[in-house]
Amino acid sequence: MTRRRPRSTLLFLAMLAFLVYFLLPLFWLVVASTKTTGDLFNSFGLWFSGDFSLLSNARETLTYDGGVYSRWLLNTAVYAVVSAGGAALLAALGGYGFAKYKFRGNGLLFNAVLGSIMVPATALAIPTYLLFSKVGLVNTPWAIILPSLVSPFGLYLMRVYTEEAVPDSLIEAARIDGASEFRIFWQVALRLLAPGLVTVLLFTLVATWNNYFLPLIMLNDPSLYPVTVGLANWSSQAQAGGGATGGLLSLVVTGSLLSVIPLIAAFLMLQRYWQSGLATGGVKQ
Amino acid sequence: MSTVTTNTIPRRARRAQARQAASGYLFVAPFLVVFLAMLVLPLLYAAYLSLFKEQLIGGTTFAGLDNYRRALTDDQLVEGVVRVGKFFLLQVPLMLGLALFFALALDSGVLRLARVFRLGIFVPYAVPSVVATLMWGYLYGPDFGPIAQLADKLGVTAPKFLSDDLMLGSLANVVTWEYTGYNMIILYAALRAIPSELYEAAAVDGAGAWRTAWSVKIPAIRPALMLALIFSVIGSFQLFNEPNLLQRLAPNVIANSYTPNLYAYSLAFTSQEVNYAAAVSFLLGLVIVVVSYAFLLIGNRRRAS
Repeated sequence: MTRRRPRSTLLFLAMLAFLVYFLLPLFWLVVASTKTTGDLFNSFGLWFSGDFSLLSNARETLTYDGGVYSRWLLNTAVYAVVSAGGAALLAALGGYGFAKYKFRGNGLLFNAVLGSIMVPATALAIPTYLLFSKVGLVNTPWAIILPSLVSPFGLYLMRVYTEEAVPDSLIEAARIDGASEFRIFWQVALRLLAPGLVTVLLFTLVATWNNYFLPLIMLNDPSLYPVTVGLANWSSQAQAGGGATGGLLSLVVTGSLLSVIPLIAAFLMLQRYWQSGLATGGVKQ
Repeated sequence: MSTVTTNTIPRRARRAQARQAASGYLFVAPFLVVFLAMLVLPLLYAAYLSLFKEQLIGGTTFAGLDNYRRALTDDQLVEGVVRVGKFFLLQVPLMLGLALFFALALDSGVLRLARVFRLGIFVPYAVPSVVATLMWGYLYGPDFGPIAQLADKLGVTAPKFLSDDLMLGSLANVVTWEYTGYNMIILYAALRAIPSELYEAAAVDGAGAWRTAWSVKIPAIRPALMLALIFSVIGSFQLFNEPNLLQRLAPNVIANSYTPNLYAYSLAFTSQEVNYAAAVSFLLGLVIVVVSYAFLLIGNRRRAS
């Protein structure tokens, strides 16, 4: 029984003003990506002008310096997909284990992990760097991937989600049918956990995709950089070099735009899943 | 299960229980192994390193708590902590207030095009903070920035966003832009999960929309609000990306010790003071845990009363 409520115009206008605020920088980015370096400085920033150079900008971004940007994009994708896939799988296994099995130390271990949500990633980054440099992992892809595999929040979400979505009776029934514990997880539970899993996957994907501090510390070989560190480098070169490297500015802008598109697309495509996945995690404590 | 014979069933049950426990350990083991290696071990290592000192003569020597003593009286570090504390007090209430307002608006059912607003406000979260800061850096620009251009056309002077006075506010704006949508989605998801009986009870009691929001909805999503608050504490105190990138535009405003994290970074990688950097990182982590825990205690006590 849903009653249609009156729509509020005042609220709508207020929200519209906020929407402009949140979308304006992105609008600027799109506009700026269509301009030549000269027009970037000489024309009004919030509207198109001069030649429409989006395609030539994109081509130049992808091929400049032997195609190093394409390499960064590829690195970012590999780091993010491997980290997020691994983190989501570990969180799903662990969350399911904590939710559905009685074992000594269950509560204690879970609370220890939960408490570690408060340990800030960047306070860990410098010690991790020092540890990794001891064992020779610095300046390798593992330096980015390994620390990103731990997602305490993902584990929390998966545990809460398992409690909601996987009924004990179903596990019991599969046991009576003679399925092994791991098979029950893989073939029965994982299907029911899909929305939670997509949520964790997507949020760890964003965290790794957007990571800047860790790769900045860990990597010094530009061919291993993710897009974030590469763009920051280009940007400081453009600012430092003035005329000589001023052309880099339009590459930074176009490169920024190109780096934003994949994640926005992933969120749009998987909307239905991650929103229902979050709805379970947000209320329980 | 019902008992059939007194002797065999308990033993079988016990064996099943042991098997269950073993399976449980197997499921949580992969996570815990990585957790130990990537979280606990670096923390212990940082604690260990922070107890040593590197000197030109004599190499690395045990220093006890010297690094911590130095940190507590290090003006640059203390100023940085105070600065991010100020940032937290300025930015977080604004961001969470906006996020809560948006979430309640989306949930109210009186907003047209709610889906469009939900996505539009959330989109900045998918933008890397490097890109977000670069964009805002250009928008802030005093010469060619669109805001300055617009002000010029209107015949007024734009505020100096990258000046000493406004930098903290400019940083707060970038962070608010990035994370309001994320918090909104967390709160909105929690609002959607409130059982409808609560609303029916409120309606029977004659509560209006505002009253329902204040007395039913907000208390019901307290856990989600606490979660958002804890994440914001962590985010504020470990601020790095945004000041690191804006430093290039305003090197005289943002010093290497502008935030504690920026300070730890420059200690470790510019001045090669690895041991002191470890102590600073460790202390910063401690500050965050203490502040987060204090908020948790306050939140729980309030709920209990």
